[in-house]
Amino acid sequence: MLKSSNVDPSEWVGQYGDYLFRYAMLRLRDRSTSEDLVQETFLAALKDRGSFAGNSSESTWLTGILKHKIADHFRRQAREAPLGDGDLREQPDPSAFDGSGHWTSGPTDWGGNPADLYREKKFLDQFTKCLADLSPNHANAFTLREIEGAGTGEICKVLNVTETNLWVILHRARMQLRRCLETHWFKKSTGKGS
Amino acid sequence: MLSCKDVTRLLSESMDRSLPLGKRVGVRFHLLICKFCARYERQLLLIRETVRRLVAAEDRPGESPGETLSAEARERIRKAFANP
Repeated sequence: MLKSSNVDPSEWVGQYGDYLFRYAMLRLRDRSTSEDLVQETFLAALKDRGSFAGNSSESTWLTGILKHKIADHFRRQAREAPLGDGDLREQPDPSAFDGSGHWTSGPTDWGGNPADLYREKKFLDQFTKCLADLSPNHANAFTLREIEGAGTGEICKVLNVTETNLWVILHRARMQLRRCLETHWFKKSTGKGS
Repeated sequence: MLSCKDVTRLLSESMDRSLPLGKRVGVRFHLLICKFCARYERQLLLIRETVRRLVAAEDRPGESPGETLSAEARERIRKAFANP
């Protein structure tokens, strides 16, 4: 008997569809691209199901395929819209500092210890929105570094940038993201009681 | 002497590589005397930690917030399956 009893494609969409979709949404920030890549993942898996060795779980195997599709998508975006001068301008938020490099108005106190933020759907939505506000290359660099936990060498290959440029991109991405979360999440939530 | 602008750049860089000793010491010293940069660092680390937990929660369906596949997409995939 074939050892294919683990693989039952007719169950895939019901069993893994939402999981893979959420996985894609967090990384791609766009519903229709995410749905497309989930569909491509299932089709690639269907075609390749003979190669499923069964030594990982089905969901790990499917996630692995999706992960590759996402990296391919980032590569394509980097090719289609390479970094411009604006992406590398050193200061992402010129009004944050004065002429001598001091904060004009520093980061505000975010209050409390929001350790459980990750469970909140609303926070996730806001976070995804803030990430989507960055230029695609910045958002993709942040995603690869912080969400995927990839090393800088690997990210440079995917986005086709030098390491020095990547540091600048990540700095800009973090600064803008921090600012966006401060404006749209922390200012509102600390003002809750008033 | 490092400015706040320099320090924010170096704080980000230190999250991606280990800084040369001189710069590391310069940043640490600055953080001792600058409330805003110290806060900036805490917030970057909080964002990193929150993202890390978000990713860890992905494998625990009950804890993982987020959207679900739309009915249309589900149907489209089923059709593609029937007719690959």
